Amino acid sequence: MPDAPAAPRAPLLEVRDLAVRFTGPDGVARAVDGVDLTVGEGETVGLVGESGCGKSVTALAVLRLVEPPGHIAHGSSVRLEGRDLLALGPKEIRAVRGNHVALVFQDPLSALNPVLRVGSQIAEAIRAHEAVTRSTARWRAVEMLAAVGIPDAERRAAAYPHQLSGGMRQRVLLAMALACRPQLLLADEPTTALDVTIQAEILELLDALQRKLGMAVLLITHNLGIVAERTRRVYVMYAGQIVEEAPTARVFARAAHPYTEGLLAAIPRLEERRDRLRAIPGQVPPATDWPAGCRFHPRCPHAWDRCRTEMPPLLPVAEGHRARCWLVEEPERRRR
Amino acid sequence: MSPASPAPPLVAVRDLVTHFVRRTGLLGARRETVQAVNGVSFDIAARETLGLVGESGCGKTTLGRTILRLVDRTSGEVRFDGQDLFALDPAALRRVRRRMQVVFQDPDGSLDPRQSIGRAVREGIEVHRLARGAEADRRVEALLEEVGLPAGSAARYPHEFSGGQRQRAAIARALAVEPEFLVCDEPVSALDVSVQAQVLNLLVDLQSRRGLSYLFISHDLAVIRHIAPRVAVMYLGRIVEQGPADRIYRQPLHPYTQALLTAVPVPDPGKGRQRIVLAGDPPSPVHPPPGCPFHPRCQHPGKDETCRTVRPELRELGTGHFVACHLAGR
Repeated sequence: MPDAPAAPRAPLLEVRDLAVRFTGPDGVARAVDGVDLTVGEGETVGLVGESGCGKSVTALAVLRLVEPPGHIAHGSSVRLEGRDLLALGPKEIRAVRGNHVALVFQDPLSALNPVLRVGSQIAEAIRAHEAVTRSTARWRAVEMLAAVGIPDAERRAAAYPHQLSGGMRQRVLLAMALACRPQLLLADEPTTALDVTIQAEILELLDALQRKLGMAVLLITHNLGIVAERTRRVYVMYAGQIVEEAPTARVFARAAHPYTEGLLAAIPRLEERRDRLRAIPGQVPPATDWPAGCRFHPRCPHAWDRCRTEMPPLLPVAEGHRARCWLVEEPERRRR
Repeated sequence: MSPASPAPPLVAVRDLVTHFVRRTGLLGARRETVQAVNGVSFDIAARETLGLVGESGCGKTTLGRTILRLVDRTSGEVRFDGQDLFALDPAALRRVRRRMQVVFQDPDGSLDPRQSIGRAVREGIEVHRLARGAEADRRVEALLEEVGLPAGSAARYPHEFSGGQRQRAAIARALAVEPEFLVCDEPVSALDVSVQAQVLNLLVDLQSRRGLSYLFISHDLAVIRHIAPRVAVMYLGRIVEQGPADRIYRQPLHPYTQALLTAVPVPDPGKGRQRIVLAGDPPSPVHPPPGCPFHPRCQHPGKDETCRTVRPELRELGTGHFVACHLAGR
């Protein structure tokens, strides 16, 4: 795991009050509803949550890739090294994308152009941001392919995406994302579709490249195992909000939010067979109709009156640890 | 000699081979043979669960389908309750089919989007003439309740439900004909963690309540650990290790199983582990290597010429613990 800067510095990425809304036939979906998060230089931070929690939309919003019918609400702020990305013009934001902040996500096939050879796609990505000759870009593309562990990189650069295996394609995506040496990588479920042995290799690779480039990573996933192994700090997201944020070790040892606890109790473990998995009852509510008060209350074993009417803010639990739950103020309400 | 469990088997698979031909190349001009299942044997007793774990391309899905006779075998045998599945006439096959059912990863594979949930569940009851009219309605309601779907679900359509609920409906549909054996092929892989737990708990409950046998197929080692007391690890069409889950997870003997277990990310930040990183690409079932199918990626220091040329057979190295490796136990 890469070392994170210990002392608080101005963060590389600072997101404040991010809200993203989608207008549809069922009303307005508040997919991301007031999210604050930071990523420091060289840090690996996890953003964990299940489907529908808004984590992917958060990543898209950072890069201003949210398309209508979605829009980023007024009052949202996304700062990269102090610079407000939401205030940039189209040309300026394009200069940031791929260059300072890169995005890798789950399905390489949809991100790669099927009719272009992979080497060309990486070279194109480089030339979009740097004034280099075609041959320099080609050469760097091959270098990048080798750096992400593709054997026989020179020959493989001539391949089309469909000619490569899933693991290889993901490496190509990584190569494309890293070709311009971004300061921050947003990785949205980068290994979910891959076999576990390939996943291990890709994550190991990401670690190594991150150390080498001094890059920060926002690792977005639903897989708590990956979060435990690869992140220093983690944000847990539910129903468009951050519900818990803490150093990773703390979240696993002493989670404060019942949703986080529920997730941890629901995972089957390798080490031993438990009789029953403690499932979280019910399901995630629709984004067009978030419950009143605490959004998790309908599924929470501890909920009481206050939870049904008052939305808790993120309350301090310990150093660097906050949870959006009234139990933090009233721990005696916790049911045994 | 194949690894057998103590009670007489409900399902007995012997030396099963399934190869199929597919078209490839420009305009499908070339043909290649995919050796999906390349000699598999195991038994599953009544009320028992066998977990089958492996990564993509190992043949586990094709194996499940062959056992159900959804695809044709190339050679070998599948016996259900003593009957040779591939030798049955259509009437006998239909009777046996009722006793073995399947739940797929994608519930949309078992549920017709144009059919209401109630209709889908009722279909099997009617086809096998288990009940009619009001009695059939009653059974449908009881099944939907048993799998935890809310009242009134029968009239609704798949798209009105969440992924987890659709999977429950698919399970209800499989149970409608009162099978004894269920092939579950990645039944929870597409579901979120909290929903996965719900469906896994349901499958465990159903098993004890109805006395079902499961062949539970998954790439997820933790899920298999939870639901299967006996496990078979599959690689390139063959079983490379098989035995009691406790043994396999705590003391894996095959180099592939060892690598697989160390590759799984564990939700425990304190735990440092030695990861065995496999060399090279995952294999192609079109061109399986000679000798041991795993040898090109194997990191065992003792790997030798025998590994490269002679196919290892499953040997019993512990009680009920079988391993197909020349080097294991040495």
